[in-house]
Amino acid sequence: MAEVELKGIRKSFGKIETIHGVDLLIRDKEFVVFVGPSGCGKSTLLRLIAGLETISGGELTFDGVRVNEAAPKERGIAMVFQSYALYPHMTVYENMAFGLELSKAGKAEIDEKVRKAAAILELTPLLERLPKQLSGGQRQRVAIGRAIVREPRVFLFDEPLSNLDAALRVQTRIEIAKLHQDMGVTMIYVTHDQVEAMTLADKIVVLNAGVVEQAGSPLELYEHPANLFVAGFIGSPQMNFIDTEVQAAGSSSVTVTLPGGEAFTVPVDGTTARKGDRVKLGIRPEHLQVGTEADDGKLAGVIEVVENLGESHFIYLRTATGALVTIRANGISSLTAKTNLSVRIPPEACHVFNSDGNALRRLG
Amino acid sequence: MSGNSALKRSRVRSAWLFLAPMLVVLAMVAGWPLLRTIYFGFTDANLADLGAMKFIGWDNYLARYDGEWSGLLVDLLWWRSVSNTLWFTLFSVTIETILGFVVALVLNAEFPGRGFVRAAVLVPWAIPTIVSAKMWGWMLHDQFGVINDMLMRVGLIHAPIAWAANSETAMWTVVMVDVWKTTPFMALLILAGLQMLPGDIYEAARIDGINPVKVFFRVTLPLVRPALMVAIIFRALDAMRIFDLIYVLTSNSRDTASMSVYARQQLVDFQEVGIGSAASTLLFLVIGIVTVLAITLGKVRLTAEPA
Repeated sequence: MAEVELKGIRKSFGKIETIHGVDLLIRDKEFVVFVGPSGCGKSTLLRLIAGLETISGGELTFDGVRVNEAAPKERGIAMVFQSYALYPHMTVYENMAFGLELSKAGKAEIDEKVRKAAAILELTPLLERLPKQLSGGQRQRVAIGRAIVREPRVFLFDEPLSNLDAALRVQTRIEIAKLHQDMGVTMIYVTHDQVEAMTLADKIVVLNAGVVEQAGSPLELYEHPANLFVAGFIGSPQMNFIDTEVQAAGSSSVTVTLPGGEAFTVPVDGTTARKGDRVKLGIRPEHLQVGTEADDGKLAGVIEVVENLGESHFIYLRTATGALVTIRANGISSLTAKTNLSVRIPPEACHVFNSDGNALRRLG
Repeated sequence: MSGNSALKRSRVRSAWLFLAPMLVVLAMVAGWPLLRTIYFGFTDANLADLGAMKFIGWDNYLARYDGEWSGLLVDLLWWRSVSNTLWFTLFSVTIETILGFVVALVLNAEFPGRGFVRAAVLVPWAIPTIVSAKMWGWMLHDQFGVINDMLMRVGLIHAPIAWAANSETAMWTVVMVDVWKTTPFMALLILAGLQMLPGDIYEAARIDGINPVKVFFRVTLPLVRPALMVAIIFRALDAMRIFDLIYVLTSNSRDTASMSVYARQQLVDFQEVGIGSAASTLLFLVIGIVTVLAITLGKVRLTAEPA
């Protein structure tokens, strides 16, 4: 049980700084997910918290106590690696017990802990097997079991599901969520998969190039992305961005020009915007409405491709200005390529980003 | 099925076809000399006139003339050379393994200039044995040797020691020179084994706070054991055939004579091809037995295990 706080954490490898001052508060029992593209520093940040890398600047505290110089064991963390990192010559039982042997716990106590963890993870029949005799999913559970038996204050996961196939990934994801509920420990989880981030996290931290772009609950990030990067990263398919210009701006709305030439008023805080500013209008594919009469705003274009997925479909629309817009809707579409289509843009679902990429606060 | 077996026949045929050249060459360069040596061991062949040899059965090994046993099996000098060889093998290989492991662990760590150090460490191994034996012979010389000079200046000894000639130090001298020469080879073989180990398990061990000594004995050693055993067996086979180093450093001294030195002495100095061949045959048997023992007791798998 621990509250983890990062204050201006920096990390340099030689002369190259990869983490540029991260401030973050992770509350006790919170499930925090670090997400971002590869190379954004999310794994490095996790390894700094674990104590596998030394911190170059700033302060890391666990429950208010500085742990910058503490060895991983002293921090009371456990970590599940992407590659599982099981000892290949030890059985499942030995793998889980190995980390406990040094503590003062007696054989009986170790045995009890290992068997309890094995029961939770349904590993009991596999205890005498070697890692090479296990499937990927089973190895992953052993790696989690090895972390559980240590009864850590903070649980760290480094892309634990990326080596599993899709079905197993969903199943293990649910198991991890359940584990978090049952154990009630602080968990920090690194992934590049936004679905994992959205489903598991109490708080998502979006990292890009060693900087925190935004931290917040999954829905906060979905509904109020702070900038273009977060808006583009969270949500699949990606949010549509339309280049446009401010016609009028006020404290409760901003009016921009649509590709068709019409004026379009979006309920965002426009106090910092000026007439003539180049901005981006953002709208998620699932918010565009096909077949609704539009009197407030519409996008017209030619359909390039229609993808029917069964439960939903994607339409790719080429607008008059040449931009490709993605539309997502439920069910099966009977529309065909190379036909004209006009869709409604609901103003309350739109985002506006200024030329620096920062979002204007949504009021809707 | 018939098509299948035709395919199999053709595969077997081509397998033999590809194997044949190697088998022929092996038979010529290894099989024939081996058989001939074994045969010579049962004759009274003499280097002066090989044509006059005749078959004498086991007499080279064991014979009884006028109530006295003779032959290799009762020759104390032969048994001395056997024990010299085994003693040398045991100590040199043990020390080389331990030192080699230490060097390998150091070379396995990340540090600037690692590539250069790796190459530098190999220098003793790259020097021909005769050259390094001569070099050490001079360095250890009782009158002109730099080592005696240094030890006396430091005050560790009061009078020069004839390291290679003194019966108390001769064998240790040979072992020391062999260790100097062969440790790099062991280190390189063990390093190759170490580099096969996955790095992530060491991070897992760090997270679990397991102390490095325990990690070495419980993780590194078991995982590198197959590579280590192969290295030890290679070295032991090599050590049991030791000839050049001992011959150059200590000549035919009975304190250090190995089985190979004994065989050469019989063959060349005494011109007794029969007895020399019998000794070579026994040498072959001793090495064979030790190898089989090492592989069985060490549970070494010489083939890669199926994944």
